[in-house]
Amino acid sequence: MHITEETSERHVLSITVTNEAGILAKIAGLFTARGYNIESLTVADISDDHQVSRITIVTNGPPRVIDQIIAQLDRLVPVHKVADLTENGPFVERELALVKVAGTGEARIEALRIADIFRAKVVDTTTESFIFELTGPTDKINTFVSLMRELGLVEVGRTGIVGMVRGKD
Amino acid sequence: MAEMSGARILVRSLVDLGVEVVFGYPGGAVLPIYDELYNHPTIKHVLVRHEQGATHMAEGYARSTGKPGVVLVTSGPGATNAITGITDALMDSIPMVVITGQVATHLIGSDAFQEADTVGLTRHCTKHNYLVKSPDRLAHVIHEAFHIATSGRPGPVVIDIPKNVQVATAPYERPDLSNHVSYRPQVKAEKAQIAQAVAMIAAAERPIFYTGGGIINAGPEASALLRELAELTGAPVTSTLMGLGAFPAASPQWMGMLGMHGTYEANMAMNKADLIVNIGARFDDRVTGRLDAFAPHSKKIHIDIDRSSINKIVMTDLGIVADAASALRDLVAEWKASGRKAADLEEWWARIAGWRARKSLSYPESGTEIMPQRAIADLYQATRRSGKDCIITTEVGQHQMWAAQHYGFDAPNKWLTSGGLGTMGYGFPAAIGAQMGNPDSLVICIAGDASIQMNIQELGTATQYRLPVKVFILNNEYMGMVRQWQELTYESRYSESYSDSLPDFVKLAEAYGWIGIRIEGPQELEAGIRQMIETPGPVMVDCRVAKLTNCFPMIPSGAAHTDMILDPSQIEGTLADEAKALV
Repeated sequence: MHITEETSERHVLSITVTNEAGILAKIAGLFTARGYNIESLTVADISDDHQVSRITIVTNGPPRVIDQIIAQLDRLVPVHKVADLTENGPFVERELALVKVAGTGEARIEALRIADIFRAKVVDTTTESFIFELTGPTDKINTFVSLMRELGLVEVGRTGIVGMVRGKD
Repeated sequence: MAEMSGARILVRSLVDLGVEVVFGYPGGAVLPIYDELYNHPTIKHVLVRHEQGATHMAEGYARSTGKPGVVLVTSGPGATNAITGITDALMDSIPMVVITGQVATHLIGSDAFQEADTVGLTRHCTKHNYLVKSPDRLAHVIHEAFHIATSGRPGPVVIDIPKNVQVATAPYERPDLSNHVSYRPQVKAEKAQIAQAVAMIAAAERPIFYTGGGIINAGPEASALLRELAELTGAPVTSTLMGLGAFPAASPQWMGMLGMHGTYEANMAMNKADLIVNIGARFDDRVTGRLDAFAPHSKKIHIDIDRSSINKIVMTDLGIVADAASALRDLVAEWKASGRKAADLEEWWARIAGWRARKSLSYPESGTEIMPQRAIADLYQATRRSGKDCIITTEVGQHQMWAAQHYGFDAPNKWLTSGGLGTMGYGFPAAIGAQMGNPDSLVICIAGDASIQMNIQELGTATQYRLPVKVFILNNEYMGMVRQWQELTYESRYSESYSDSLPDFVKLAEAYGWIGIRIEGPQELEAGIRQMIETPGPVMVDCRVAKLTNCFPMIPSGAAHTDMILDPSQIEGTLADEAKALV
């Protein structure tokens, strides 16, 4: 007997929640308990009175599962609203990465040149290393990191996605 | 405003919320609360023998009265022992509030004595949970917890209260809960959807109502409305295990339960229907069988208070998020307002009559042994004759399915069973809880010899509170359902399913001050049941039944509704791995 799996879609979900103790565990735990995937998760307080947080989750699954994820999130008591940015039309997504590259000579110069093309900022430097700061959609950061791999990549830190629907609403 | 201790705020809130009974067990971390309950004038505390018992009692109380069940236990082991019952309540949508003691706030996280991360442990088995770190928050949390437990899709809510919060003081005021920022369950269906549903029902040639526990949860009015709608439309009605009693078994439109151990006619009608109207059920795997063969020719309407139930397992053509009573009221009103007449379903009923003629619930009688099905049928007749208001609870296993098949339920809130979680040990404490809420009713727990032992310690609780519950054990000396599956799936290799070293149930009953009755053969059955019903106090009956009887009909797991096994002679060989992998 073998276990088969369905094909998946990537969706970015934006969830506003009451900023109470345990809310992140509740949401992350819902994903593990029901076997959903999390590609990235970001969370931060977004209101003046610190009562509301926005959680952005990038997940993947068959459309039926995505629909279930939204319904399951929506019925949690502290959840205010779940928006499927992927479904709701064009949206902006960004993440920030810090990329440390070490090297000398031609590799070092090439790293700096590519960083310029990607509009990455140098936020730390020694004679043998750089830390680049880069923002953009996930695939841009992936490309940058894979280019740096050949040029002395040391480590990468990424924030995960935040996203927002385009337009005035 | 005068301040009061957290413990007093809690008890005062319970009084204000109309709580009459609390099922609990004291311990270090709840002593301040127990001191407030000492000789309390209105709140009755039932001292259980194990915290799991308290949770099932609360469930039985809630399911039979419609009021939330309340549990009070201490920190650490008190809370962890309650978790099975909390999970059971979540799966079966039972309104329950569980108050757990916790170590003082400054000790949380230090591995203190009897500390457990109760909110962490119960996060995924509650509808919601709270750790209250200040007495100022307590009144609001308690009132909100009851609101959440009882509204929308009901479920268990845990309130974890550190001991220092129980001692510290704050003012008490009844909170205003009218405007919750995020919790606003949708109760009323959209008008257009109701009209569409009515049009679909009127147009159907082979409709069937598939109803579930949601109708019971929506209150007795929902059951009355279901009966009215069934009468208006003339369509057959089947129900899940949890929904039994919402529609009277005596009605000619009643098809019996559907699903794995449902009737042939109910499952065949589901398979051949052109419209399935699901009200308050959730297409559970016990009901659907093999999904790709489930009701292939039908359109589906699904009415559920929980949006996540709709399209979770079976894709529906019309999903309506609403409370069952509200939706049924709207459907009945819309049907009448649009001047609909019941469609001609004569051909459909003729086909149903053909399926009914298979008599799928029949069983071979034995002259020498009591057939378990016969025991249930006789119990049903005897309780009817007694004229008493009767509430049946069950444990989990073969006896549960036989009770569902052979006991005729005519009213809601009279059938208490663990459906979703399938918790052995549920039935007996649930009977105690139901008896607390219904002191004049005849409450009978139908049990098996194995599952009754899972919470047997509660014999003492029934004795202490003089609760005249009856326990009717179908004793076949096996974990019968496990044995049945081993017979069908594993060539009768009965691995660990024999109930060895059973106690003498009669003597055990007597040791707790109960009456014990043993029924050993068919000639003793009727008199034994009568004696049980007529004896005023608690009675335990050890009814010895045929040992190797299987529960049929049965849809083997992974099979379609049309592949029902009606009798044992149909079984041959062993199952494929795909089927073995399913529960």
